[in-house]
Amino acid sequence: MRILSPLLEPVIQPVLNKATSIIPIHWQIKGAHAFQHVKHRIGKDRPVPVFNETPLPDVSTLALEDIDLSNPFLYRQGLWRSYFKRVRDECPVHFQKASPFGPFWSVTRYEDIMFVDTRHDLFSAEPIISIGPQPEGLEIETFIAMDPPKHDLQRQAVQGVVAPKNLAQMEALIRSRTADVLDHLPVDEPFDWVQKVSVELTSRMLATLFDFPFEQRHKLAYWSDVASGAPESTGGNANSDEFFKAAADMAQQMSSLWREKEARKAAGEDTGFDLISLLLANEDTRDMINRPMEFMGNMVLLIIGGNDTTRNSMTGGVLALNQFPEEFIKLREKPELIPNMVSEIIRWQTPLAYMRRVARQDVTLNGQTIKQGDKVVMWYASGNRDERAFEEDPDRFIIDRKNVRKHLSFGFGVHRCMGNRLAEMQLRILWEEIMKRFEHIEVLDEPEYVQSNFVRGYTRMQVKLTAQT
Amino acid sequence: MGRITFIEHSGTAHVVEIEAGQSLMQAAVDNGIPGIDADCGGACACGTCHVIVDEQWIDATGGINADEQGMLGLTPEITDTSRLSCQVTLSEALDGLIVRLPEFQM
Repeated sequence: MRILSPLLEPVIQPVLNKATSIIPIHWQIKGAHAFQHVKHRIGKDRPVPVFNETPLPDVSTLALEDIDLSNPFLYRQGLWRSYFKRVRDECPVHFQKASPFGPFWSVTRYEDIMFVDTRHDLFSAEPIISIGPQPEGLEIETFIAMDPPKHDLQRQAVQGVVAPKNLAQMEALIRSRTADVLDHLPVDEPFDWVQKVSVELTSRMLATLFDFPFEQRHKLAYWSDVASGAPESTGGNANSDEFFKAAADMAQQMSSLWREKEARKAAGEDTGFDLISLLLANEDTRDMINRPMEFMGNMVLLIIGGNDTTRNSMTGGVLALNQFPEEFIKLREKPELIPNMVSEIIRWQTPLAYMRRVARQDVTLNGQTIKQGDKVVMWYASGNRDERAFEEDPDRFIIDRKNVRKHLSFGFGVHRCMGNRLAEMQLRILWEEIMKRFEHIEVLDEPEYVQSNFVRGYTRMQVKLTAQT
Repeated sequence: MGRITFIEHSGTAHVVEIEAGQSLMQAAVDNGIPGIDADCGGACACGTCHVIVDEQWIDATGGINADEQGMLGLTPEITDTSRLSCQVTLSEALDGLIVRLPEFQM
């Protein structure tokens, strides 16, 4: 996080490094926010794109070079499938030279995405994985956007918390919390599945992972939404003031949580099995709070990583089973298909549309020459619907699809999703518990979709439950 | 060509016939050995075909390149004789190989 540094560097960089460990992080963020206001007033800030929704044209009416896959309304307007199919078929490595996020390459076929994802020697994840940059003045450092070897060290320090071995110990707790949420749902009357189930369950899970005050768990979901919704990064609709305020709040609360755990640990107490306790127990990370950029980066990454993705897969699964009702019948007859269905849900939904890289050198890919320094977007959402990789109609939702675990939603290579096993477990438990209780979940209206080129998600989906007879 | 033994974390052993030239991962998948997910299909890109090679056999399985080392580094269950089975090519020299499966794949 380069908080303050644009203001102060390079004159007093050594002082800043010392200061970052003394000045509370949330004060630094407030300082950076004030500084951005000053820059804005004097016209020295970087312009932020404004997105107003208008109906997008049918892709067949566009010249190839005019297709802009970064448009944050493509998913909401249901046009993403036709846009990506045309690019996959006619120009699978596609250059858009003048998007609101600047020029970028799109990689749209499964095999090409696999190539880019596994060649971190050719494609860098730095400085960030969204198409556009992070909000100015609040550039956080996270290992998802670091290259080896630094990436490996930072990831190794935190991945234990979601290691399968530890997850096995959490299964009973997750199941009881899932059961509790489902048992309190209204039956035979309309309600919003997104708020009552998907947001609720993922917030509870995050609160558990962080040992965060349970009654304040909705803050975690809110911070995550704001952090992934900056217009300049993903075409979202979070505003800058909201962004800084959420970051400051989060810094303050996560720091005090850390200090509290640290004190309890120093007093010889068993602090439990949560993310912060694990970081405090690891020699490399126990003083991470003195490195605010690393501290905030890890907190933000884990909060976002454990939130949007699982939440929108929880909603997407219900929607998919409604769009393909024969699969709902199959599920009732063969609940043992749930683990495979979970992978199919994650493929079909692809809750994060892409990850972005930057070419480290000139690279020729599928006939196109990507120049050193060019942005390269790996569209997982497109690769997961690539007819060349998924033989049975990839647009269909098929709960017993073969080889579905090869889907791209978790990424491949060193940045492969760290929480994949947790996500699969949460979704598996959710569906096991749903099938014990309900005969049917009917989607009543078209859901409402998130504005973003990155998060493929839902803000509202009205459903009605029918109990088991 | 020869035989190799996979031992599940629970201790259950599976002896399978192998063909020279195929990967250890492919031998596991073809024979339905539980505990090898191989999500990426052998691209050294997911880390879900992790095996722990019997110490006596580790040298015979060949060297580990940086990509494999990088992926193995991501699994908390890594050991001194860990390999990604998709990166081990079977040959006559591996007739009799014994590998153990970790409790969980990453």
